[in-house]
Amino acid sequence: MSVLVYTESLKGKFKKNAFEAASYAYKVAQDLGTEVTAVTFNAEDDASLGTYGVSKVLKVTNDSLATFNAKAYAEVLAQAAKAADAKVVVLSSSADSKFLAPILTAKLSGGYVPNVVAAPESTSPFVVKRTAFSNKGFAMTEISSDIKIIGVSSNAFGVVENNTSASVEDFSPSLDDNAFTVKSVEVDRVVGKATIADADIVVSGGRGLKGPENWNMIEDLADVLGAATACSKPVSDMGWRPHGEHVGQTGKPVASNLYIAIGISGAIQHLAGINASKVKVVINNDPEAPFFKAADYGIVGDAFEVVPELIEKLKEFKAQNA
Amino acid sequence: MKILVCISNVPDTTSKINFTEGDTKFDTNGVQFVINPNDEFGLTRAMWFKEKQGAAVHVVTVGGPQTEPTIRKALAIGADEAIRVNAEPTDGFFVAEQLAEVVKKGGYDLIIAGRESIDYNGGMVPGILATLLDMNFVNTCISLEIDGNTATAVREIDGGKEKISTTLPLVIGGQKGLVEESDLRIPNMRGIMMARKKALNVVEPVDAKKPTQDQKFEKPAAKGPVKLVDAGNVGELVELLHNEAKVI
Repeated sequence: MSVLVYTESLKGKFKKNAFEAASYAYKVAQDLGTEVTAVTFNAEDDASLGTYGVSKVLKVTNDSLATFNAKAYAEVLAQAAKAADAKVVVLSSSADSKFLAPILTAKLSGGYVPNVVAAPESTSPFVVKRTAFSNKGFAMTEISSDIKIIGVSSNAFGVVENNTSASVEDFSPSLDDNAFTVKSVEVDRVVGKATIADADIVVSGGRGLKGPENWNMIEDLADVLGAATACSKPVSDMGWRPHGEHVGQTGKPVASNLYIAIGISGAIQHLAGINASKVKVVINNDPEAPFFKAADYGIVGDAFEVVPELIEKLKEFKAQNA
Repeated sequence: MKILVCISNVPDTTSKINFTEGDTKFDTNGVQFVINPNDEFGLTRAMWFKEKQGAAVHVVTVGGPQTEPTIRKALAIGADEAIRVNAEPTDGFFVAEQLAEVVKKGGYDLIIAGRESIDYNGGMVPGILATLLDMNFVNTCISLEIDGNTATAVREIDGGKEKISTTLPLVIGGQKGLVEESDLRIPNMRGIMMARKKALNVVEPVDAKKPTQDQKFEKPAAKGPVKLVDAGNVGELVELLHNEAKVI
């Protein structure tokens, strides 16, 4: 028996969510009295996963898996789960993990719970806490199938170091053409910029900014903070910003350490999407804006005056703390 | 081309969420139910395929009789026929098994579902359905073109997008982008009248396991009041974020 973890990497480098998933898998393995086996895809530093509690790495090196392919990756993980006699499979909540997890679930005839925010409440019965109702609530969900598949929310359980020594073993799955019937033609990914999915800080703008020409300010603030940029639904609907930046109930969820909302009133749908962020700051000239009820810190004021001032103060702060 | 659009009956996005029966059930009291927004983008895209490429569009939901106004709305928007599988959708695997049965009987080429429902957020039904039927699957789909047997899709990834090429039969986990918000349709009187005459076939569920069960719900902990910083003293916010919140 073992706990299997899917560790995501990009161009050979593990993503933060790989370490979060490994940390979570280690906790589950401890509870079950077993060890963690990780599956890596064309990764460079496999043994480093030991830092997060992985005992064994099944290393997959395969050029046809250079680009993420949900169907093929799910097939590899299904074969690895059988090889490692996995009772629990842990993944992240990234777009890729959420794409492949249901495929894997069907292949293993397992039970899948995504958006899990804490270590299992109990392992017999196996109960996990997850978000539901788009972050307006939580559910305690029992998984009663033999194989349990867990999608860990980002920035919830966190990265925990559990120095273990990881042995690395080559794993060669058998993949036929049927695994590659959904083909990636082109990947268009912003490089060198934090993404909403894994940024520690997200700076978000709303209709209060009056027009797309005023977004320099948001980008400058994001640059100072090393943050990702986001926007409210009306802003993306009006085409001021790309859809990929829309955060909220029907957009992307945000679970950053710090979320700064500028000129966003705080409709219930928006708040649902950003609720999982740990610290929320609102800057809005309307003291009655509902966001003030959901925020930790707020400034009532004109964004066009407050934000440039904030950028200056942050630059000074960074210079002092450099 | 025969398209099946899977519809989830969910609380309106503005709903306040409460739980009842010892926090074991969602409290539907005073809640308005709607077509799941992610499904509605897919339904609207299906209407485009109907009008431009002559596709037949059926809609399906898994749910009790209380879901019929929502599925009638989908008919009023323009779907040709509806199917309701008469079972409570408490587990994603169970729902996928029900839909797989409907797809097998109906012989669909394209199945469009939402990437997730906004209530239980399982996000697993389209992927499990595709795998049960050995069909191709694209999740978080923001663009879809069909030419004969070939599908070209764009999916949203973390930090960007990916163009994908595949073939029918195909299952889509859709979201905003499949069509724009401004393309969504409000049923008109003629559509509503016509929907009354369209078939809404109720079928009984097949036996299927339910590997997950929600046992209890809770609401997020109440938040303390906001700490206001004077607009003339922005430096204080930097100070608080560093020393108190410790996030910068």
